[in-house]
Amino acid sequence: MAEKLEAGGRRDMFEAMLLMRRFEESVALMSKDHPFGHFHLYIGQEATGAGVLAALRSDDLTLTTHRNHGHVVGRGADPARALAEILGRADGLSGGRGGTLHLTDRSAGFLSTSAVVGGAIGLATGAGHALRRQANGAVSVSFFGDGSMEEGIAFEAFNMAALWKLPILYVCENNTKGAMASTEGGFSSSTMAIDELVKIPRALGIRSEVVDGADADAVYEVAAALIEDLRAGNGPAFIEARTERWPGSRPIWPDLSLTGITDLDMAWAPDKAAGEFAGWQRDHDPVLRLAARLSADRVLGQDEIGAMDAAIQTQLQAARDFAAASPWPDADLALTGTFA
Amino acid sequence: MSIKSYAQAMLEGMLFAMEEDERINLVGGSLFGLGPQRALSAQLRERFGERIIDPPISESAMVSLGIGAAMAGDRPMIDIGTASFVYEAWSQLINEAGPAHYMTNGQVSVPVTLHMLHGLRGGSAAQHGGSPEAMMWNAPGIEIVLPSCAADVKGLIRSALKSDNPTVVIGHAKLLGVEEEVADEDYAIPLGQADIKRAGSDITLVATSLMVSRTLEAAETLTSQGIDAEVIDPRTLVPLDKDAILASVAKTGRLAVIDEANQSCSVASEIAAIVASQGFAYLKSPVIRIARPDVPIPFSPPMEERLTVTSERIAEAVAAGIG
Repeated sequence: MAEKLEAGGRRDMFEAMLLMRRFEESVALMSKDHPFGHFHLYIGQEATGAGVLAALRSDDLTLTTHRNHGHVVGRGADPARALAEILGRADGLSGGRGGTLHLTDRSAGFLSTSAVVGGAIGLATGAGHALRRQANGAVSVSFFGDGSMEEGIAFEAFNMAALWKLPILYVCENNTKGAMASTEGGFSSSTMAIDELVKIPRALGIRSEVVDGADADAVYEVAAALIEDLRAGNGPAFIEARTERWPGSRPIWPDLSLTGITDLDMAWAPDKAAGEFAGWQRDHDPVLRLAARLSADRVLGQDEIGAMDAAIQTQLQAARDFAAASPWPDADLALTGTFA
Repeated sequence: MSIKSYAQAMLEGMLFAMEEDERINLVGGSLFGLGPQRALSAQLRERFGERIIDPPISESAMVSLGIGAAMAGDRPMIDIGTASFVYEAWSQLINEAGPAHYMTNGQVSVPVTLHMLHGLRGGSAAQHGGSPEAMMWNAPGIEIVLPSCAADVKGLIRSALKSDNPTVVIGHAKLLGVEEEVADEDYAIPLGQADIKRAGSDITLVATSLMVSRTLEAAETLTSQGIDAEVIDPRTLVPLDKDAILASVAKTGRLAVIDEANQSCSVASEIAAIVASQGFAYLKSPVIRIARPDVPIPFSPPMEERLTVTSERIAEAVAAGIG
């Protein structure tokens, strides 16, 4: 059984979550002045990404989806270049070729970010196949939403991974709770005949755990234990991280105004949360939950959290300026780069 | 007659068809994209809610379900949404739907309709802007409908839903809101009947889908250079109204083909080949293909624009090709 994360690790995990949150707020803000098309935000799911990433080695490989910003930035990609990519600029992580749907930083361990539902599951399985052959204890991790479990590739890939004991951690971010039905003008909730998605991998003999996806400490502990097992050759494993969808991600176009820019003071003064979605902020917001707990555990004081936030805000202001000032790529580059 | 958007006209055609034939039912009810036309789906649900099911994100099984249901006597319409996602169901479409009638020696027919939105729409990047019409054309047994305007989609969807064959209706996200005068009454446009969208004498421009309106704009530009272009919309690739295209080329002596699929083995390539082999004697100059370059779609707006078949690029290519 993996140990609990020590104080420094929890501090770093929180910092990654706060960076994800402020980054996504920056994306939403920039979408007003620089409309770049449809996009998906990771707000409300930071604890899942950060909890899993905290358990990884630098040589582990990661695959993610259209809801990728938090994973990519949280694992160390330069937020300025990530924002530039989302705007389609020359300084972007992929020179503007990928955009929000395909944010990829190979140097941070990401292979190719697929926006086809289920794509990351298959690719991570391939990465696991390669890593097993390389036999150095590294693992591959696939982040995907509950919708991916509706695609046939999920079953096919899980079966192979189980057959060949591949070192893969499948992380299903089940954010269906709180989703609006598509008929009401929002993203659809999951359309599955079962409500416990872990039943599917379990049927194939894959060790699978359900965890509160808004509780970073809990996600870390589950992920670290499973990954330790994967490194020992006992793969694959599956996590179903359950979160209540952030209200701003219920409509088809993300809406930051529903909950506003996160006020960290709500962590220690829950009464500051007001309005229609105060309940989500009080009970589900993973950033506020971990901030309150770190403060109660005397890992980080309110002042230290405030200073950390100020530093991140400064970094992101610079990132927004960098992205906005980054030039458009040369249009003729569109015609090159297909082949290695 | 009244002004209707493409999406409204398509909805009307569907409502007439569903009224007439209660076997027609819908798997996936978000036919009209993510934009303002999205609300029209509510009308369909209000009227025929019991004939609509909302599927999981399972394109492969959705298409299989449609094919199997069609074989069993149903008339399902399967909404894929973004056309690039039909690749998830490729085996079902290409291996099952297309060959079934032939391989059973006519014992079975597959009256399934697939609907999807293809093409560049801004920010689609590599996995949301595909134009699979040419790849489908390469697979036998599939009827391919590419409506270019509101008046056409209303009559074409009617015929697609009536067809006894697997029929793919490929719309374009950028067409959904485009309005024009459309007759209020019920009508059908037969599959395999091209429409001359503009008469002209100097060159035949064959265009599909969104490219029809862009080609018509290009034709106006070309008049100022003394070029009088004829614009033909085949409306369906399978069946293809070859006679209309050949008759036009016989008159004009020149041909350009404009379609959004990538250029190699494209719609433009096939129509060029048909005219080269069956209408060679009519041609006064080489056939011009105007299609998307053979590269994936980049996200960045100026790079995407570089790949876009615009009316300016059509006019330039035609003028240069005529020489």
